Amino acid sequence: MSGRVLVGVKRVIDYAVKIRVKPDNTGVVTDGVKHSMNPFCEIAVEEAVKLKEKKLIKEVVAVSCGPQQSQETIRTALAMGADRGIHVDVSGKDYENLGPLQVSKILAALAKQEDAQLILLGKQAIDDDCNQTGQMTAALLDWPQGTFASEVSLEGDKINLVREIDGGLEHIKINTPAVITADLRLNTPRYATLPNIMKAKKKKIATVKPADLGVDVTSRLEVLKVEEPPQRQAGMKVETVEDLVVKLKEAGRV
Amino acid sequence: MAALFKARRALSSFFTGCRSLSQLAELPETHQILRQTCRDYADRELSPIAARLDKEHVYPAKQIQELGAMGVMAMEVPEELGGAGMDYLAYSLAMEEISRGCASTGVVVSVNNSLYIGPILKFGTEEQKKQWIQPFTTGEKVGCFALSEPGNGSDAGAASTIAHQEGDEWVVNGTKAWITNSWDASAAIVFATTDKTLKHKGISAFLVPMPHPGLSLGKKEDKLGIRASSTANIILEDCRIPLGYMLGPRGSGFKIAMQTLDSGRIGIAAQALGIAQASLECAADYAHKRTAFGAPIGKLQAIQFKLADMAVAIESARLLTWKAALLRDSKKAFTKEAAMAKLAASEAATFCSHQAIQVLGGMGYVTDMPAERHYRDARITEIYEGTSEIQRLVIAGQLLKEYQL
Repeated sequence: MSGRVLVGVKRVIDYAVKIRVKPDNTGVVTDGVKHSMNPFCEIAVEEAVKLKEKKLIKEVVAVSCGPQQSQETIRTALAMGADRGIHVDVSGKDYENLGPLQVSKILAALAKQEDAQLILLGKQAIDDDCNQTGQMTAALLDWPQGTFASEVSLEGDKINLVREIDGGLEHIKINTPAVITADLRLNTPRYATLPNIMKAKKKKIATVKPADLGVDVTSRLEVLKVEEPPQRQAGMKVETVEDLVVKLKEAGRV
Repeated sequence: MAALFKARRALSSFFTGCRSLSQLAELPETHQILRQTCRDYADRELSPIAARLDKEHVYPAKQIQELGAMGVMAMEVPEELGGAGMDYLAYSLAMEEISRGCASTGVVVSVNNSLYIGPILKFGTEEQKKQWIQPFTTGEKVGCFALSEPGNGSDAGAASTIAHQEGDEWVVNGTKAWITNSWDASAAIVFATTDKTLKHKGISAFLVPMPHPGLSLGKKEDKLGIRASSTANIILEDCRIPLGYMLGPRGSGFKIAMQTLDSGRIGIAAQALGIAQASLECAADYAHKRTAFGAPIGKLQAIQFKLADMAVAIESARLLTWKAALLRDSKKAFTKEAAMAKLAASEAATFCSHQAIQVLGGMGYVTDMPAERHYRDARITEIYEGTSEIQRLVIAGQLLKEYQL
């Protein structure tokens, strides 16, 4: 077992920013807007670094797919404790159309190339909320998947996982190599320490292109239109339950 | 294009060392990450509790330890001694972001870094560094700097605290006033005169553990601002310390104090910047949301001019602060620039916090909004670590030399 973990980190618009739709409705405004690492990816990095500190794995490799600026996100992962980074360079139209299927193909190719034992991802990105990359990556590699993980523990060559599901918590045991996606309560990501920020400068980030990995990033999806959600309408108060039923029937809800 | 790049590279290497003024235009990547990390910490962990810390006068012990774990409590200290091994530009950035979240936490960080650890790093023996710096890097212990006395603040050379030798001990007697961190500190650097006849050349610096027999604390001052940090008198009555606790050569205390304050000024300038920035953000946010006369008040020129003036004051002071830090990092003379930075930044802080209240109107006057706290926190920056008047004297002193007047 290589003891190597790949962690996917995505550069997204910062969670605190107020999102605005572009006037031409082709997307959201990203120019000059603050970006940061997807919060669920932060949790994934933290989990990987924790496993390394417990000496259960040997190396944490942070991976990001995107333009030049994705290197900043990788740098943040390095400052949190990842050992090295891989920047998969995708820019322009390819980047605008980049989605879970292409990213999973890239991650699967990298996992094979790097002989990874584990892939840790955030459960979803806060920009597209797809919640697909982990699942697709596992399927492409024919690896077991532990999604929405709120607890992870390694036991020999197996992984004990607690998953947050609608009905409660599910306990599963999966073989390695595997794909795990992190949910909110898995851990609390650390603030990078200043010495680690300095050390991160010396850690290596390799750049590759999707073509180098044999991946075609052409999208099969076409975004037709992006628009603001409808303005929230005012509610109304009713006096009795009967009135409520009448109103609901009128609105076609019942 | 290539020629331009070559010329720029040549120009930046003209400034010896790896520091260059191009860094004033854009920070190196490590510093950007550092700044963002400190900002995230301040936004998530300090801003939400700052009002309560101020109201209840509570020392932020947990936060200081968390900052210690990040390396913020000992930024310049080499890693072997447990510090972050970073430069003063990094320190200024961290100080500004921390203070933007909570000015009291900022001053605790500043005093520990610049006033306590600073002089020991510069003037201490290797043994003293291990004993007095290493335990003070994690945030579990903080130090303080005891120069001012009830009888003299700006007139630091007139120290009346006395240390006389008795066998293999120093015996210190006197009272120190306005000591930040006093109630939370585990050590102090105390300035006392070992020879009154030599006036300021007779002052020496001493390392005193806290608590210690013969050292007691006066009541905690009830201050206008930075209320989460403790300020009190330190009273020394036959306080006995080993001879080895003297810091630096005998009689060099005044020099140590002045050089220490030079660096400390950069930290306080950064603290003032944080308060000013927080005020600007508070005002800008309010101007965006508050409507009057049918539109957000940010559309009114009167408000816009205020915001613009605030931004100019902050950015000029910030560049002065960064320049002072860069000069210090390049081991060049920085006394004048540090004094200018502290003067500009503290006046920016009082100006911006004053105007922020004005923009907020009635809301600026009540504790529901942070503007009133920024106003109270800002005021001290024009006083401690050298009053604005002293800064002007320092700057003029340098100018007189430069212009040979």
